[in-house]
Amino acid sequence: MSTSAPVLPKLIGERVKRREDPRLIRGLGTYVDDLKVTGMRHLAFKRCDIAHGTITSIDTSAAAKMTGVEAVYTGADIAKILAPMPIGTPFPSPPHHAVAVDVVRYAGEPVALVVASDRYLARDAADAIVVTYDPLPAVVDPEAAMTGQPTVIHKDFPHNLAVALVPSGTGVAPDYSSIDNSAVDKAFADAEVVISQRMVNHRLVPNAMEPRGVLAHWEPGKDTMTIWSSTQNPHILKTMIAAMNGLGQHQVRAIAPEVGGGFGAKINIYAEEYVCSVVSKQLGLPIKWVEDRSEAFVATTHGRDIIGYIDLAARKDGKVLGLKMRLIADIGAYNMLLTAAIPTLTMLMANGTYDIPAIRTTLTEVFTNKTPTDAYRGAGRPEATYFVERAMDMLARELKMDPAEVRRKNFIKPNQFPYQTQMGAVYDSGDYEKALDAALTASNWKGLVAERDQARAEGRLVGLGLAFYVEVCGLGPSSSLPTGGWEHGQVTIERDGRITATTGASPHGQGNETTFAQMLADQFSVPFEHVTILHGDTGIVKQGIGTFGSRSQAVAGTALHLAGGKVRKKMAQFAAAMLEASEDDIVFENGMVGVKGAPAKAKPFAAIAAYAYVPVPLPPGMEPGLSDEAFFEPNNNTYPFGCHISMLEIDRETGEPKLLKLIAVDDAGHLINPLIVEGQIHGGLAQGIGQAMIEEAVYNEDGQLLTGSFMDYALPRATDFPRFELSATVTPTPVNPLGAKGVGEAGTLGSTPCIVSAAVDALSQFGVTHIDMMLRPEKLWRIIHNHGGGRS
Amino acid sequence: MIPVAFEYQRATSVDDAIAKLAASGGGKFIAGGHSLVPLMKLRLSEPAQLIDIARIPGLSGIRASGGRIAIGATTTHYEIAASPLLRDQCPMMAEAATEIGDPQVRNRGTIGGSIAHADPAADFPAVVLALDADIVLKGPTGARTVKASAFFRGFYDVDLGAGELITAIQFAPVKSAGYAKLRQRASHYAVVGVAAALEVSGGVIRSARVGLTGATTHAVRLTSLEAALAGKRADAVAAACAGAANDVADVNADLHASADYRKAMIPVFARRAVERALAR
Ligand SMILES: Cc1cc2nc3c(=O)[nH]c(=O)nc-3n(C[C@H](O)[C@H](O)[C@H](O)COP(=O)(O)OP(=O)(O)OC[C@H]3O[C@@H](n4cnc5c(N)ncnc54)[C@H](O)[C@@H]3O)c2cc1C
Repeated sequence: MSTSAPVLPKLIGERVKRREDPRLIRGLGTYVDDLKVTGMRHLAFKRCDIAHGTITSIDTSAAAKMTGVEAVYTGADIAKILAPMPIGTPFPSPPHHAVAVDVVRYAGEPVALVVASDRYLARDAADAIVVTYDPLPAVVDPEAAMTGQPTVIHKDFPHNLAVALVPSGTGVAPDYSSIDNSAVDKAFADAEVVISQRMVNHRLVPNAMEPRGVLAHWEPGKDTMTIWSSTQNPHILKTMIAAMNGLGQHQVRAIAPEVGGGFGAKINIYAEEYVCSVVSKQLGLPIKWVEDRSEAFVATTHGRDIIGYIDLAARKDGKVLGLKMRLIADIGAYNMLLTAAIPTLTMLMANGTYDIPAIRTTLTEVFTNKTPTDAYRGAGRPEATYFVERAMDMLARELKMDPAEVRRKNFIKPNQFPYQTQMGAVYDSGDYEKALDAALTASNWKGLVAERDQARAEGRLVGLGLAFYVEVCGLGPSSSLPTGGWEHGQVTIERDGRITATTGASPHGQGNETTFAQMLADQFSVPFEHVTILHGDTGIVKQGIGTFGSRSQAVAGTALHLAGGKVRKKMAQFAAAMLEASEDDIVFENGMVGVKGAPAKAKPFAAIAAYAYVPVPLPPGMEPGLSDEAFFEPNNNTYPFGCHISMLEIDRETGEPKLLKLIAVDDAGHLINPLIVEGQIHGGLAQGIGQAMIEEAVYNEDGQLLTGSFMDYALPRATDFPRFELSATVTPTPVNPLGAKGVGEAGTLGSTPCIVSAAVDALSQFGVTHIDMMLRPEKLWRIIHNHGGGRS
Repeated sequence: MIPVAFEYQRATSVDDAIAKLAASGGGKFIAGGHSLVPLMKLRLSEPAQLIDIARIPGLSGIRASGGRIAIGATTTHYEIAASPLLRDQCPMMAEAATEIGDPQVRNRGTIGGSIAHADPAADFPAVVLALDADIVLKGPTGARTVKASAFFRGFYDVDLGAGELITAIQFAPVKSAGYAKLRQRASHYAVVGVAAALEVSGGVIRSARVGLTGATTHAVRLTSLEAALAGKRADAVAAACAGAANDVADVNADLHASADYRKAMIPVFARRAVERALAR
């Protein structure tokens, strides 16, 4: 080996800059809206402007007459070529037509559509459709909806119960056939202190930077459908589009080009995707629909919206004996792909990081006349974290204990892992005290307390919040996902020694093109620039599930690592033949492939690759070429965790909250790229803080979304935050060989309760023990004002 | 988010703009487009023609002469915020501009557009009221000048005739002036915004002009507060401001703030504005 060649750095664990960014920042990415196909037509929806009503007439004549309008469809027309949309959960579900038939159930539901030669015309024509309704009463409050008054939204679902009381926890048989309440009852009977609180984890609008968009292209001559969509999971899209169009999966190719964020809301397979495909097939034309921002507010699924009635039983020393969570999830007007499953994750993670002997949770999912909910960054786990962490905080306050100490007392201990929870989860690994101590040190907690007390002495309303979280990530074994819980990777060494790899996890902001390239560059000891990661096209990527549930690194990363291992082994065999050495002695080092102990024999990586494709002679028993694949199915989820601490000040006169500090310690196992991990945490924190402080989807009584634009829905800006102080502890997972757990959602878990707890702390002098999010200045001002605290 | 079809023309001079609008039939001027375009996208405004005044030579810029400052109508919020002249002689004006929206809005939006549009929660109306500014107009029948206090008449209602263009805002700069606002957290418009311009000598407020925005259908002067402030020293400001909302009736209420809360915020932001003014 030449001694002058620079030594390649090990890349795993390095802060490599995202290779995606130069093209994205400079506007060189290609999104669905950028695509053009010859003969393409534009589709626009007419959406209802009332939340609930019977359609009495649809007059499409004016629209149909407009020059350039090629087709107009009502819900009834679409129903002839498209069955009601399927869901991905095993719960009963009312029929959900992609375009409403007879009844509309939320403002924004499509009622008709037009196909026209350009997008402006399509929009004008959609406007020209006249729909009349017999309004029905709307119900927007889930607890009111449960009474079945004033309206029943789906006729076979009395009391609007989508999922009636599902119990879970201690003493519940896995099939719910029997429930033994004695342990939970005893915990509360034995309790020296009980905390009871109704908490609302309110509704949010996901607001990806890129709204959704679809381009469906049925090619009659080839009998194939190509569908481009701003989706998180092109392979699932392919499966669903094939099924709903009566096609074989071999006839459909789904492509997710650049995707400008998804946050879970682009997992669902939407009405617009099905409609574009069936219309394209019927008309034999490429059909494009691009969502505008106003549509995105009502037509893309919302997140959260769970009410929790929380009871915590404890001893005076802070030891928690029992927990009850009664959950009511407002799922909006319909079940979408995963809607019904999301709140079950809240149940699953109810106990958080605590070893609680007796737990009972119950879940009711309720239809209301609102946009349906589905996954949103964290999906069910931020809600669980919020409920249990706020309750722990209330317990600490009640017992006048330090919030860290109450948690420490109840943590699952390192020697208890793998830890089987009462809720059915098996936590893989954890060292919660280590992360807690790291956070206390990083924040200088004692110093913060002194600072807060000093500020209070000056009459300022300053509070501290601390929250701990554990998340279920790396989804997951196939038993936990109807799609299958594996991921697929393929690694090919090209003839010139460059590496092309495909992943089934289609990223939309996660930076997998960078992290996966880091892994493979290390595995083969080649330069980072020599590795390319392809994704997002079922015509190129053979198989896949998708990107959600913080699974890319843990599951898809592992699949690639395994595929890489297979190719590496074959390459070593070629090298052994070429270099006349034993396969076991072959080493990959610094862009060369050589023989242990005989550096002079080493050949460039590319030379071995070239030999593998023109193998003269072909080593006995070997096939030419260097390409292999792997499916990886983990045997369990991963459970990352962490501790977030915040300091917040409330303006006495106005009630305005200001976040002064946010310190986060996150443990996501081994980190492939700490820079990208921090980026993911920043984004998650922004959304978690956003929920706590400024974001809220608000409906009026008639079911109109009042926060239907960015003028009223506050999306956090960089100026809303202090500088985040991040650090990590590392507790690898045994679930995959990388030891990586997943971090995409983590930021949304700890931040939200820690900020609300800080606000409660700031207002504790007024006897406040809980405040529902979001921290509206007026709400805080009223608390202060009603206690005469307006002037310092 | 897709407007109806419209024609677009760029005006080359003020007279050209006025002529083009007169000939357009249902046209509108467009300056920064940051109030008009959002309305068009929601199809709440459907002008058949847009006459772009943003690049008319000489219509933007900040000039001082004869003890007065003139700000051209198409001067952007950013230019106002960054102006050394304003920062020095009339810091409230620059201060208010920095509080508008976000950088994108400030880089496009113009003072003329803000005043013409007269959003009940816009910042500049309060500021020009406190400065007792003149709004300089030109239209098909000639030029005229209107006092700010007469210009804002009601809910999105200003004294701007058909086809008339705001060409400039003129005022005598006031150093002891301050603007304080409670931001609506999504848009950053004012939930309540108060501008106070003071004449101070020997530590005593000799006279005050106070403009209020965000709280009512349109920006108004708080005349009884002005009277209450006259003759007061700094230590009496809080007491004088306590009654700031007394003669404000029909306070706005929306998703972000109830009428009660808004009303309660008027004295708070009045006091802050006055304190800022006194600190200058
Ligand atoms: C996200 C966002 C946040 C915002 N936040 C704030 C805020 O915090 N505070 C605030 O004050 N404003 C805010 N605004 C409004 C912003 O300041 C606008 O730019 C301003 O109100 C209008 O100015 P413009 O030049 O963009 O006018 P345009 O949008 O171009 O025009 C508005 C109206 O005025 C008319 N017009 C424009 N110029 C003239 C003229 N010279 N003579 C006669 N008529 C004219 C037009 O015909 C039109 O009817 C915000 C806007 C946005 C989009």
